[in-house]
Amino acid sequence: MNSLRKYFDKIKPNFEEGGKLHAFRSLYDGFETFAFVPNTTSGVGSVNVHDAIDSKRIMSLVVIALVPALLFGMYNVGYQNALAAGQLENATFWGMFFFGFLAVLPKLIVSYVVGLGIEFTVAQWKNEEIQEGFLVSGIIIPMIVPVNTPLWMLAIAVAFSVIFAKEIFGGTGMNILNVALVTRAFLFFSYPSSMTGDDTVWVAQNAICGLGFNVPDTFSAATPLGEIAAGATALSTSMFDQVVGLIPGSIGETSVIAIALGACLLLLTGVASWKIMLSVFVGGGLTGWFYNALGLSPLDACQHIVLGGFCFGAVFMATDPVTSARTEGGKWIYGFLIGFVAVTVRVLNPGYPEGMMLAILLMNVFAPLIDYGFVNANISKRAKRAKI
Amino acid sequence: MSILSKANKEALTSPLNLNNPVVVQVLGICSALAVTAQLEPAIVMGLSVTIITAFSNLIISIIRNSIPNRIRIIVQLVVVAALVTIVSQVLKAFAYDVSVQLSVYVGLIITNCILMGRLEAFAMMNKPWPSFLDGIGNGIGYAIILVIVGFFRELLGAGTLLGYQVVPQWCYDHGYVNNGMMTMPAMSLILVGCVIWAHRAYNKELN
Repeated sequence: MNSLRKYFDKIKPNFEEGGKLHAFRSLYDGFETFAFVPNTTSGVGSVNVHDAIDSKRIMSLVVIALVPALLFGMYNVGYQNALAAGQLENATFWGMFFFGFLAVLPKLIVSYVVGLGIEFTVAQWKNEEIQEGFLVSGIIIPMIVPVNTPLWMLAIAVAFSVIFAKEIFGGTGMNILNVALVTRAFLFFSYPSSMTGDDTVWVAQNAICGLGFNVPDTFSAATPLGEIAAGATALSTSMFDQVVGLIPGSIGETSVIAIALGACLLLLTGVASWKIMLSVFVGGGLTGWFYNALGLSPLDACQHIVLGGFCFGAVFMATDPVTSARTEGGKWIYGFLIGFVAVTVRVLNPGYPEGMMLAILLMNVFAPLIDYGFVNANISKRAKRAKI
Repeated sequence: MSILSKANKEALTSPLNLNNPVVVQVLGICSALAVTAQLEPAIVMGLSVTIITAFSNLIISIIRNSIPNRIRIIVQLVVVAALVTIVSQVLKAFAYDVSVQLSVYVGLIITNCILMGRLEAFAMMNKPWPSFLDGIGNGIGYAIILVIVGFFRELLGAGTLLGYQVVPQWCYDHGYVNNGMMTMPAMSLILVGCVIWAHRAYNKELN
């Protein structure tokens, strides 16, 4: 650690005004504050709350919480490939994992290179500090797309959402909509055939570097929600597989167990709001139970929560502190409505088998209104109290 | 006053750039979103608005001194409605396919804010010739933006321009896919936003 600090101090002059690498100042700044908590404090006379945890540390925690789901997603990519090729008995655990690793890694790299590239460029251009928001978005984005998404589409979508959902609003902390979800929404509406269209997008079909298997061209696999939307009344996968995550789906969303591990970390460290998380599940569960009781949906409440991106969205994206409601009472309503809208879209709109993305984006837009209502209610309550 | 004096030139050219009706005054946005999914209707719409703005400006300017102030809006509307009907009938007669594509938006030119804005702000207090030039300038200023937006929407959304395939088959064979979102109105709003962004970045005095 000490030698790293010394190295940072040694190369620092190059990046200051007049140094030969001044053009990369924001890059240096970003890495320095990533590795070490900055030791600058605010001046005398200002009133500030100080905490050793800055937003880079919070972001890092979320990234760590995402790792179990990402690793399991890699394994599942390999597992689905072997299953589709009918070679499950010939596949080894590590073979499947490394196949998935090789399939997911390019997406991760593209997402980070494009997103951070834009962030660094903007920071340098506006002469601002580098903002760390993309650290989390960059790892979420590859996890919420199908494994067969072409890299160029991913690159365009990431560039679009970083510029239009984030930078034009003023960068990290100022965005109205969740950046990762805007990326997915852009892909979803721009290239529907590559996102859900025919059911060939969910399973990697070709061997990579000698790992994995070539899947016959005629193969197709729908996600469980896709099967239901297509009119099936029973699922082809077992509840056990659905909870563990051995089902077709976006890379990181399938495993409830891996997501639960991340959720535990986020809740124990207090990074994510337990109120939002709980109310999303309550809202989705009650709505799912309601539609099931009416006979509109063959899935019961439990399956609605387990399947698709519901858990992933509830744990990692609904709780995004920037775009969610901030008043304590507002969090309950915000979360409940996400669950409600997500399941409603799934059940009532046959065109969209999955509603979590649309639900969170919709409620992102309403979050300020919810907060406004709660703040004003509080003000009028206190004003009444003051009169008497 | 000469035919193209300084003031007249100003009336003609300022709406093209620094006083553009769409990107600076932000008028006429609705039709800019609705008709720009392809380039051809965008061009026809731009031309129609140019003709109607120019001639309604001219007519109103000629009779401006005899219009009673209280009923001036209704008089302006009658003139505009007559011109819109003529243009609509001409389109139906000579460019039927485009008029079907434009559907109600030709009729809705009457509600285009640019028209009433120019009549009220310019034609009511200026002589016919400058008013005519002002109408042409504003119409073309509107048309330019429509053409820019229509160009990108058709190119990226359908891979064609004016109906001709421009993105080569080679690209599709290698995995290129048209961007479906470009055909939705939401994307034209974002494109208009981009045009405004570029325009303001270039003309710093507007900020």
